[in-house]
Amino acid sequence: MDWFESGWGLSLIVFLPAIGAMAVLAIPKAQEAALKWVALAFAVASLALSVVLAVNFDYSAADVYQFGTDTTWIEAINANYHIGVDGISLPLLVLSTIITTLAIVYSWNHWPEPHNPKLLLVFVLILGTGMAGTFVALDLVLFFVFFEVVLLPMYFMIGIWGDRGIREVPVFGWKLEMRLYASLKFFVFTLFGSAFMLLSFLALYFKSEEALGFRTFDMIELADIGATGLVFTGTFAFLVFAGLFLGFAVKVPMWPLHTWLPDAHTAAPTVGSVILAAILLKLGTYGFIRIALPILPQEAVSWAPWIGLLAVIGIIYGSLACLAQTDMKRLIAYSSVGHMGFVMLGIATLTDIGINAAIIGMVAHGLITGLLFFIAGSMSHRYHTRDMRRLGGNLKLMPKMGVLLGLAAMASLGLPALAGFWGEFMALMASFDPLESIGATPTFRTFMVVGAIGTVLTAGYMLYMLRNVNFGEPSEEWIGHEFHDVDATEWLAWTPLVIGTIVIGILPGVIFDATNEAVISLVEKAFNGG
Amino acid sequence: MFTIDWHALAPELILAVTVVVTLLVDTLTNRKYLVAIVGVLGMFAAMVPILTLAFCGSLDLCTDTGVRVLFEGGYVVDSYSLVLKAVFIFAGFIALMLSIGYLESDRYYEGEYYFLLVASVLGGVVMASSREFIGLIVALELVSGAAFLLAGWRKADPRSNEAALKFFVIGVLATALTLFGVSIIYGMTGSLYFDDIALAAATASDVPLFDLGVLFVVLGLGFKVSAVPFHFWTPDTYEGSPPPVTAWLSVGSKGAGFVGLLSVCYLALPTITDVWGPLLWIVAVLSMTVGNVVAIKQTNIIRLLGYSSIAQAGFMLAPFGAAAASDSPDLSGPFAATITYFVIYAVMNLGAFAVVIIVGQRIGSFEMEDWGGLYRYATGLALALAVFFMSLAGVPPLAGWFAKFAMFSATIGVGNWWGYSIAIIAAINAVIAFVYYARVMRTAFFDPVPASVDGAMLAEKDLPGPIGFAIGLTAFGVIILGIFPGIAANIADYSREVFVALGL
Repeated sequence: MDWFESGWGLSLIVFLPAIGAMAVLAIPKAQEAALKWVALAFAVASLALSVVLAVNFDYSAADVYQFGTDTTWIEAINANYHIGVDGISLPLLVLSTIITTLAIVYSWNHWPEPHNPKLLLVFVLILGTGMAGTFVALDLVLFFVFFEVVLLPMYFMIGIWGDRGIREVPVFGWKLEMRLYASLKFFVFTLFGSAFMLLSFLALYFKSEEALGFRTFDMIELADIGATGLVFTGTFAFLVFAGLFLGFAVKVPMWPLHTWLPDAHTAAPTVGSVILAAILLKLGTYGFIRIALPILPQEAVSWAPWIGLLAVIGIIYGSLACLAQTDMKRLIAYSSVGHMGFVMLGIATLTDIGINAAIIGMVAHGLITGLLFFIAGSMSHRYHTRDMRRLGGNLKLMPKMGVLLGLAAMASLGLPALAGFWGEFMALMASFDPLESIGATPTFRTFMVVGAIGTVLTAGYMLYMLRNVNFGEPSEEWIGHEFHDVDATEWLAWTPLVIGTIVIGILPGVIFDATNEAVISLVEKAFNGG
Repeated sequence: MFTIDWHALAPELILAVTVVVTLLVDTLTNRKYLVAIVGVLGMFAAMVPILTLAFCGSLDLCTDTGVRVLFEGGYVVDSYSLVLKAVFIFAGFIALMLSIGYLESDRYYEGEYYFLLVASVLGGVVMASSREFIGLIVALELVSGAAFLLAGWRKADPRSNEAALKFFVIGVLATALTLFGVSIIYGMTGSLYFDDIALAAATASDVPLFDLGVLFVVLGLGFKVSAVPFHFWTPDTYEGSPPPVTAWLSVGSKGAGFVGLLSVCYLALPTITDVWGPLLWIVAVLSMTVGNVVAIKQTNIIRLLGYSSIAQAGFMLAPFGAAAASDSPDLSGPFAATITYFVIYAVMNLGAFAVVIIVGQRIGSFEMEDWGGLYRYATGLALALAVFFMSLAGVPPLAGWFAKFAMFSATIGVGNWWGYSIAIIAAINAVIAFVYYARVMRTAFFDPVPASVDGAMLAEKDLPGPIGFAIGLTAFGVIILGIFPGIAANIADYSREVFVALGL
């Protein structure tokens, strides 16, 4: 297993999907079965390796980067192919390989129109590489490349297979197909953020020379400089943090930069929404934890109250927006704004509890919202509508689907013993007692109260959705229709998510075992024990 | 009398011989593709001495390694010039490949066309080594002179005539401006050689007239790189010229302008960055902003590429602007960044033109509305289109990202507000640029096939060999340079050795 531990295993996890994409490209379009099996094989291989990696991971040294390698990539600018996994990235890495695989499983007989399995599979696989790569990159340039790689496939996914409904563009008054509007908006927003993120990376690179005598993009070396609190200071640090904040906050997305999210989620085909919600949003929060906090701890402290404020605004705003939705998918999309608000609130406390909460919140949101989007996709496939005013009595028409939807909704509103609970609960708990050096404990306690109101609102809109969709009598237009309940591929794709939701709900330790030590060491190093 | 270093001059001599042979072959045979073959062989042959010169030391081929100075310093073969010579020959080679199928289908004179194209390439190759003003301008005119004629090649088409005329009139104006500026510089410093000017510039710059001369030279070269506000000829000339010629103009002719700017600014006038720096800062900002904003409104894909090339010129000029008031005397960072950008730009822009030419030819239109749903009947070409346009937009992992990265890195690296401000402006522009590159993607992938286009008829015919080869080669380049950008960075690093030689 030497080869596995010296970086090859991790590299294979990251690049197998991309190799799979090339293999799929080489297969003629007409051989659909071959396309599917090849794509699945590569995704499963990547998943299997990530499970092997999780099993062999040394949990007693979770704060150390494992299975990594560090070799020269672009010599001229001292950018290296530096990868590795620690307790913070491990759960997210595994989650991303799971979601990639499940997306392919689900696609098996749910091809969105226009039917083009080959291209869709290629995009899913490239997404797989981009997502896994972002979570293991320990070099800023490498991180940037992976961070951006996910954009194009998602752009094409939304644009080609997206919703063809007409939407009026605010301000300009153009009438456009939803998919065209949403795909461009998604890309332009993210690109805008990441352009400034890149400038910040470069600024750190040049500044690192003052501390080290040479320039580096290495996250670990930069975090070491950050921990000394000497070089990255003043206006420089403020501007760099602002750039990083723009890049990550757009991706999370934090209010008020969130407006691309409801459009993109609603317009995307089912698989696209699932990947977007389950993984792509986490790239932003992960960026905060991995890059912004350790490298610029002082700025993180002074920005924390503002980030916390935006986070709670996001929680309340997302919940209220949900209550105003009639489109089921759009409701789930807005619920992401709220849930990611809790994650960001946890991060903003800058405590080990808060950041642990953020990570388990990310994983839980990935599982639960992924499941919700799968179910919403399957339901609109059957009902040919997502309008909650027309739906109703789903439990009678499709009992199994109804139960799953109920479970996912309960998990999403944070019912104890399901995964969603821990992230919300611990984020609120951490806000009671945030890092002292922020000097804004009363403010954070206010956030806690507002956040708690947010959880009530969350329960409100989830129950509102259940009432409209699941309960009651089916409306007249559905009487006499035969609906086939959850089918085999759907069971295959959804069961892992259901199991994950329940297991993490009952035994949150499976996540904390990995994350806790790494988080504590991060907080200690950056904020001197907080 | 000076002794001549034949090895150093071999690329130029081979191309010059090729120019003559193409004309001869043209008169001797009716099979015009033979002329093209002569051109291709000539370019391959010219690459050989470039490689042997570049790897001279490491391959033990020759004893006299390093910089070769010829003609009393007026002509220098160093790492910087070798890199650009290679790019010019590569660009000429691709343009030739694109021309073969195109000219056959349109029944225009072929022999003379290849003759002019090779002559234009020769101009670029000479240009890269010129280190005094007369040689520089003669080489620049060799590039442009041949290009004027090529632009008007479709003589039955009024737009082609318009293209050539606009290009010619404005090109002559630019040359006149440059020459006027050179005469002032010569008058003030008493020399046309860049070394001498570099020594005299700092004192001469105290006299405003000298700065005026610099202004004229820089502005004249600004026309050649089609930077705003000297860009008016670009869209019309690009649209009217035969598309393979446009491909050459957008890389070869523009590249000649950039070589001129690089040589003049960094080699002749490195001591007065405070004169040309702010000027090029403004030109760079205008180019990227105007080019990008106007490109959004374009409906013709060649015009769109025209405006895109204006904006890309702005990105390439950004490091010049950042060099203004540079705190450190080491200008090799901005210098290498422009070269990195240009090398990558050459590959991706030629690729983009290759795909656009073949698709446009098949559909019979370069209007984007006719390109709808391209991926439904020509998936391979649509994917190639996506690769090149997304690379131009700078999306990883395609090569364009590293071009932008190098540009950002150089502008921030100079460490003053000239650099920071232009980096921020460029970042915003990179986002705007995506909007119109994405519009091409939207047309090709998201829109329905228009009724006027018979998709079934166009479905996956065999690509003509030369164009297929050009697309394959450039696509390979874009992907490899994107994943292993170290290659491009090394090339640029190699070219910055010229600064070590100068002792700056």
